[in-house]
Amino acid sequence: MPCLSKVIPSIPHENTSSNFIKWLTRLSGQMERVVVSMQDPDMGVKLRNQRLLITVIPHAMTGNDIVEWLMQKFSVCDEEALHVGNLLVKFGYIYPLKEPRVLTLRPDETPYRFQTPYYWTSTRWPASELDYAIYLAKKNIRKQGELIEHEKESYNMLHKRINHTWDFVVMQAREQLRASKQRRKADRIVLECQEQAYWLVNRPPPGMMDVLDQGPERKNILNSRVQLVVPTCVCVCVCVCSFVKYCEQYQPHDPIMQGCLPSNPWITDDAMYWTINSDSVAVPTKLRVERWSFSFVELLSDPMGQRELMAYLEKEFSAENLCFWQACEDLRHGENSKIPSKVDEIYKQFLAPGATRWVNIDSKTMEKTLQGIKQPHRFVLDDAQMHIYFLMKKVMSTDLHGGTCVFPFMRRQRHSSPSPAMLTQTGEDDGKTKHHGTGNV
Amino acid sequence: MGEMEQMKKEADGLKTQIEAARKAVADTTMSAASAAVAPAPRVQLKTRRTLKGHLAKIYAMHWATDSRLMVSASQDGKLLIWDSHSGNKINAVPLKSSWVMTCSYAPSGNLVASGGLDNMCTVYNLKTPVVKTVKELDAHTGYLACCRFLSDSEILTASGDTTCALWDIESGKQKTVFLNHVGDCMCLSLSPDMNTFISGACDSLAKLWDVRDGTCKQTFQGHTSDVNAISFFHNGNTVITGSDDCTCKMFDLRADQEVISYQDAQLNAGVTSLALSVSGRLMFAGYDDFNCNIWDTLKGEKVGVLSGHDNRVSCTGVPPDGMCVCTGSWDSFLKIWN
Repeated sequence: MPCLSKVIPSIPHENTSSNFIKWLTRLSGQMERVVVSMQDPDMGVKLRNQRLLITVIPHAMTGNDIVEWLMQKFSVCDEEALHVGNLLVKFGYIYPLKEPRVLTLRPDETPYRFQTPYYWTSTRWPASELDYAIYLAKKNIRKQGELIEHEKESYNMLHKRINHTWDFVVMQAREQLRASKQRRKADRIVLECQEQAYWLVNRPPPGMMDVLDQGPERKNILNSRVQLVVPTCVCVCVCVCSFVKYCEQYQPHDPIMQGCLPSNPWITDDAMYWTINSDSVAVPTKLRVERWSFSFVELLSDPMGQRELMAYLEKEFSAENLCFWQACEDLRHGENSKIPSKVDEIYKQFLAPGATRWVNIDSKTMEKTLQGIKQPHRFVLDDAQMHIYFLMKKVMSTDLHGGTCVFPFMRRQRHSSPSPAMLTQTGEDDGKTKHHGTGNV
Repeated sequence: MGEMEQMKKEADGLKTQIEAARKAVADTTMSAASAAVAPAPRVQLKTRRTLKGHLAKIYAMHWATDSRLMVSASQDGKLLIWDSHSGNKINAVPLKSSWVMTCSYAPSGNLVASGGLDNMCTVYNLKTPVVKTVKELDAHTGYLACCRFLSDSEILTASGDTTCALWDIESGKQKTVFLNHVGDCMCLSLSPDMNTFISGACDSLAKLWDVRDGTCKQTFQGHTSDVNAISFFHNGNTVITGSDDCTCKMFDLRADQEVISYQDAQLNAGVTSLALSVSGRLMFAGYDDFNCNIWDTLKGEKVGVLSGHDNRVSCTGVPPDGMCVCTGSWDSFLKIWN
């Protein structure tokens, strides 16, 4: 564990945006490490249920608990611990349950909660315009047009800027609202708090300090008045930083750079690595599961990952989504001559009214798709497929309990052996997964 | 005449706007951004296998998705399918035309393809008791420089007739033709999501294409000679090119410009091929001077060299599991390094 002074890297002298991004990347990485150890089931902060009006929210902690834990962990005085804790709140790794706009750590009984990794600054910065548009659209629908001033302005600005995808925005917003209505109230409140906390950090209202502001010389992209015919470029520093992050994230998975366990078959002539990583193996290695957690795409591109996802969705009675997605992939990459029959089959199984595995697509996309399949071609189901993909992604990526895993079967892996190549201990862990939801994460 | 002048003016105006937009976002360099990252360790890879079997210059190789099988093409008129770990040759496919320039393994492992100066892309089925020709895709009017399968029913080709094409293998017809390059297309690389691909040509440009609608989405300038090699990074946003001008360059799709150039004053040989490690940190580039140099993509520095071939390195490839790197050479050998 780094000492406290190393947790906060020194602010660079030159206030350039690339310096800022470097600093923010380092800071986020450190904050991530602190927050992960704060959530350790044995040595972490004490968690308890918190009553919010009439609902009970699990896995909450008091400001006091946080400060005390930091004091103890880093052996520092309460002032320093409060300072670090404040940073964790300001940068969105911990959020207050009762007064969400007050992004400071209060060393008293004020309840806080860990932000889900999906919304960490280190994972989701910079925030995407599309995501913000969907968030505002949801709020707009829920509040029936009564958005607060700065959100109303942003909403109108985005409506103009990304007008060409506005249908998608509204459709996603409606779908997400519909999906959230089907959750338990406590879960719904938690998810709303998480999302709200994320946007308070990434799009702070005027008057609130914008910790993620990239410096005085950067124009706020929403205020840019330069209208070009050409597609807008993303600034180079954001691109290179995301590239740097990618390299760092995948380095443990790069056998040439970092070796691999149990051994590299090319060096030792032992093919064990290939055996334990084959598609038909019963239990995936820890490293493989870790890679699935990098992105939904990683999960879907591993046939074993797809199988695990299917098993999980079957338990949640929503396997038809993945089946539909797979059928669309088969259509896109299959033989030309089979396209009409495949489209017909997909329609009967997934899209027709009363179909056995009906997928929930919004009416606009459905209308467009049904029209399109009258003249079937390879890409006729692309819109519908994308819609289902995003739905699956959204549902899968939001973890209700603020832990660091995405699926229950991934939770299993966390408690297994430290070796990335070792298979998990299934016997022991089955007990844990049975109690998931009631135990400490 | 007046209309032409007007259109020319509009085109020039747009070009200026594009340049301005690129400049506006060019607020840093890769070296500045990666300064905080630890340098890559000095990479010393040893030859773990030398695959002998070809009798003439090897022009191309491609790994199968299982990371053990691979196909290689040589101007001795053969495609060889290797189980590279054991060194065994699984199949030898005789080619109608020995002037082969490219080969490709289908993701399913069922098919391989090759092509060259015969202007055709021939697809073979490996799963029949005897390897059979499935289709001869014949419509290009120039040599076949590169081909890549999207699936068992679709293949992309890049040709010396300055076009790229997407074929339906079953019918043997071109579904989409990608027209925009003004020089021979030399190489292509599919994006991880297979919705786009990037091509490099003798007009020194790299172009990004949409597979579905056949349009050129973006163009990348920077090289001063033929672009011989090109590859998408696994993140889907970045592309690396290798050229006869002795440099490799990294382009970012979102920033729409060159981000870093990999060059050395002492390097005077053109780049023939390139491959990336799984994390993207290391790039293996084959050169005309018989070596394969290893570059740290973040720092822009050379961190190693693979020397051992007695002639030009014509092709390189990293298998999907990233375990090793394979180089093929005009000296007729394939070497596996780790």
